[in-house]
Amino acid sequence: MAQVRVTVDGVNYADDVEPRMLLVYYLRERLGKTGTLVGCDTSNCGACTVHLNGQSVKSCSVLAVQADGGEVTTIEGIARDGKLHPVQEAFREYHALQCGYCTPGMIMQAIDLLGDNPDPDEHEVREGIEGNLCRCTGYQNIVRAIQGAAQKMKPGATSDSEQRVSVAGGGN
Amino acid sequence: MTTTAEPTTLEVGKARVRKEDQRLITGRSRYTDAITPPGTLHIHVVRSPLAHATITGIDSTAAKAAPGVIGVYTAADLGIEAVGLPAAWPITPDWKAPQRPVLASSTVHFAGEGVAVVVARSAAEARDAGDLVEVDYDPLEPVLDMEAALAEGATLVHPDLGTNENATWVFDSGEAGTGSSATDAVAAAEADPDAIVVKRRFRQQRLIPAFMEPRSCVVDPTGEQLTIYAATQIPHILRTMTTVTLGVPESKVRVIAPDVGGGFGGKIAVLPEEMLCVTLAQKLGRPVKWTETRSESLLAAHHGRDQIQDITVAARKDGTVLALDVKLLADMGAYLGLVGAGVPILGAFMFNAIYKFPAYRFSCTNVFTTKTLTDAYRGAGRPEATFAIERIMDELAVELDRDPMELRQQNWIKHEEFPFTTVCGLTYDTGNYEQATEHAVATFDYAGLRREQEQRRASNDPVQLGIGISTFTEMCGLAPSRVLGSLSYGAGGWEAASIRMLATGKVEVITGTSPHGQGLETAFSQIVADQLGVPFEDVEILHGDTQISPKGLDTYGSRSLSVGGPAIMMAAQKVIAKAKKFAAHLLEASEDDIEFANGQFTVRGTDKGKAIQEIAFAAFMAHDYPDDVEPSLDSDAVYDPDNFSFPHGTHLAAIEVDTETGRVNLRKYVCVDDIGVVVNPLIAEGQVHGGLAQGIAQALFEEANYDEQGTLVNGTFVDYTLPSAADLPSFDTDTVSTPSTSNPLGVKGVGEAGTIASTPAIVNGVLDALRHFGVTDIQMPTTSQRVWRAIQEAKGRSTQETPVDTHSPGAGLGSIDPNNPPQEIVTPEEGQ
Repeated sequence: MAQVRVTVDGVNYADDVEPRMLLVYYLRERLGKTGTLVGCDTSNCGACTVHLNGQSVKSCSVLAVQADGGEVTTIEGIARDGKLHPVQEAFREYHALQCGYCTPGMIMQAIDLLGDNPDPDEHEVREGIEGNLCRCTGYQNIVRAIQGAAQKMKPGATSDSEQRVSVAGGGN
Repeated sequence: MTTTAEPTTLEVGKARVRKEDQRLITGRSRYTDAITPPGTLHIHVVRSPLAHATITGIDSTAAKAAPGVIGVYTAADLGIEAVGLPAAWPITPDWKAPQRPVLASSTVHFAGEGVAVVVARSAAEARDAGDLVEVDYDPLEPVLDMEAALAEGATLVHPDLGTNENATWVFDSGEAGTGSSATDAVAAAEADPDAIVVKRRFRQQRLIPAFMEPRSCVVDPTGEQLTIYAATQIPHILRTMTTVTLGVPESKVRVIAPDVGGGFGGKIAVLPEEMLCVTLAQKLGRPVKWTETRSESLLAAHHGRDQIQDITVAARKDGTVLALDVKLLADMGAYLGLVGAGVPILGAFMFNAIYKFPAYRFSCTNVFTTKTLTDAYRGAGRPEATFAIERIMDELAVELDRDPMELRQQNWIKHEEFPFTTVCGLTYDTGNYEQATEHAVATFDYAGLRREQEQRRASNDPVQLGIGISTFTEMCGLAPSRVLGSLSYGAGGWEAASIRMLATGKVEVITGTSPHGQGLETAFSQIVADQLGVPFEDVEILHGDTQISPKGLDTYGSRSLSVGGPAIMMAAQKVIAKAKKFAAHLLEASEDDIEFANGQFTVRGTDKGKAIQEIAFAAFMAHDYPDDVEPSLDSDAVYDPDNFSFPHGTHLAAIEVDTETGRVNLRKYVCVDDIGVVVNPLIAEGQVHGGLAQGIAQALFEEANYDEQGTLVNGTFVDYTLPSAADLPSFDTDTVSTPSTSNPLGVKGVGEAGTIASTPAIVNGVLDALRHFGVTDIQMPTTSQRVWRAIQEAKGRSTQETPVDTHSPGAGLGSIDPNNPPQEIVTPEEGQ
């Protein structure tokens, strides 16, 4: 067993883990962060994408122990102060998800992409999310959503579209 | 009681953002793998690495001694050797159906078939121990090629059946009385100097549905009922089939399909692993869980397509079609899936498509091979049919030197001819091919692109331009139960719904469909909001749990909206009929004088009225209600459609082919679909986008290949190349509408349209770019290498020098080039 100390979505954890445990299984099975999903076993699909120390990583390609001392943000930690992240909001607004399985990884990758390139053109968005597979949407609305979010996130843009996170869920 | 806002405008037709999304964008999802009841044990299935072999010994001593292992079991250990998984569509009375075991006992019939199961405390321990199970095999000859499998003396996949043929299913319009004899018509055309006969062979490659959520199930035996959580499209069918398969009383089984991460037909199945989990949960008295890896999924989950299509069309030289003859071989794989045998038949009535063929013959022989079984994949039979007819219409146009669109127009059913009964005996209720085509052609700039094509040809531009057309139709809304009965299908085609009016005026709607990404919670809410005059937000859609939704036939075949929708509408109308009696009583008026609109019951000619929410509350309180009714508004309905619905559309693709590298670039894609009434344009457009991506992927990217030993060579996402965002363009999609008259909502179905339509549009476009070189066919997927080879061969050059593998995006780690085994080089001659 190896010890890992890590901050995930703002909470500090210290756990003994098998050295071989992947970060994604640590998140899902030890911390109950089941919002981060596993879609493949060859690091092709990107469903498990999270941020580690501010960079997007496929959490199936990182050992839990490699995250030791680090800060992890998952899909469950990006809504702040009860408000959805603009990328989350854009995914809903542009109908950028259907079954929802690629969505957490896709959103995390999109946030990373917009961090590097705040105003990407369509080609840049498509290249930037190339490592995340979606089988439902044909990507078109995902691309639109990311470009839409980019406009909302520009300095000076109003954040009026942000909505309170509904705890009980459901219809809006 | 709660008073809620009055609805202002009609919901149907509004581009509502989805109700489903809030949970999914915040990670508050519940896919099956997230469910782990206390005490759960995990299984790992030990699978055969060989396609065809006799099992000579299994030694699990080391595995049983491994840490955390509860047990290692074979079929014999579990007493399930005689259990056979269901094949529910006996397409002919004399079909040959093998037993499909839960675990193979003596012989394995495909690489990936389970031979033993390890149960352990954790999934990782189960998998570790699985590697310690020693299985000895005596290899047998694999059976891989359909035509060879049918030849005299072929190795038999199932020797007890005496043949590799499952069944041959025939439709002949001459015999059916729905048209004349295609055989006679083709013979007559061959002898007629004013007629032409065009024959082609097309290959529908094997595809993998590749839903993003791997399959998973958890069986919890700790209650009075056995609870099965499953990543399935078909919770209701799974419940019944668990009873049929294992004998557990249906009343003791509850199936829950929680969030399901896509299916595309790939989750219409009763899985050996599900039945293993049931058996083990009963045996061990603890919850048992299975979640597959992606590699397991690609290897062992059912595949789709895989047909050889021999297509003959006869026409007069003026272009008028005379007859269509279709001969198919369909690869079933090693066993029959739940409805796999019938998948080609779902296409049988669609080869004639939108054209007025007077004579039609269809014959399909299903063949067993030692490969993963095939079953439904998005479109199921209809993409295969649409590909064949839309490809052969282009071939006919080439032979007659006609514009392919003009030839289609000459032969299609005119708008004023609807309703039109086809040569298959189906009655197309509505359609307007002219309208969709006119709209698409204008958006696409068909004439302008044809001019550009001419210029590029004239200047011998290294990048040639092709225009691909697909004017498709499909049959949706499975299905009129009596029609299914006539086809020996193992179930009906109705759908059930219930509406519960809660005391506070909120509405619970229970549907027997099982949405898994389609946005039906939103679309159904819009329908109910209009029917009952309640706010969209007040409607809750419940589904996917057989205790909550006890009756249903689930989601596939673009049926949920067109069959499930009318069931909900009928239940709503029953609610209103009941509420009217309450309203009449409470308003002291005759029921005949009560009018209902926008959620209000009013007395004709007065300003007296009550809202439906007030009536619901009155029914709940039941202090004052009419003598002759029960104190409830709740209503159930079952809708059995009279007919299918027939979406159609015109799809146009502008394809650039780099003739020096063979690279295909989809420059522009325009489609105009007629899907009848559109409940939610945002969701409908999303369905078209996703459908297009899958259909285009068949044309350009995807293929499941087996090597000569029968091993799947693209068994990971490294090698099975789903398109990424960088591989696809944005599509220009639009709709026109001639409402269906087959169902009261006027809807037609949209889930499969894009997939069905797009594949031939792409391939027609690739060929159109290269026809002038003499290229006549390229097998799918039309990878750079295949395109390059076709160009070289058409120019009479040797292609022995294999270019660096460019077979599809994302590939490169595979050790062999699966798309181009040497024996599969396509020459123009073979292509015909």
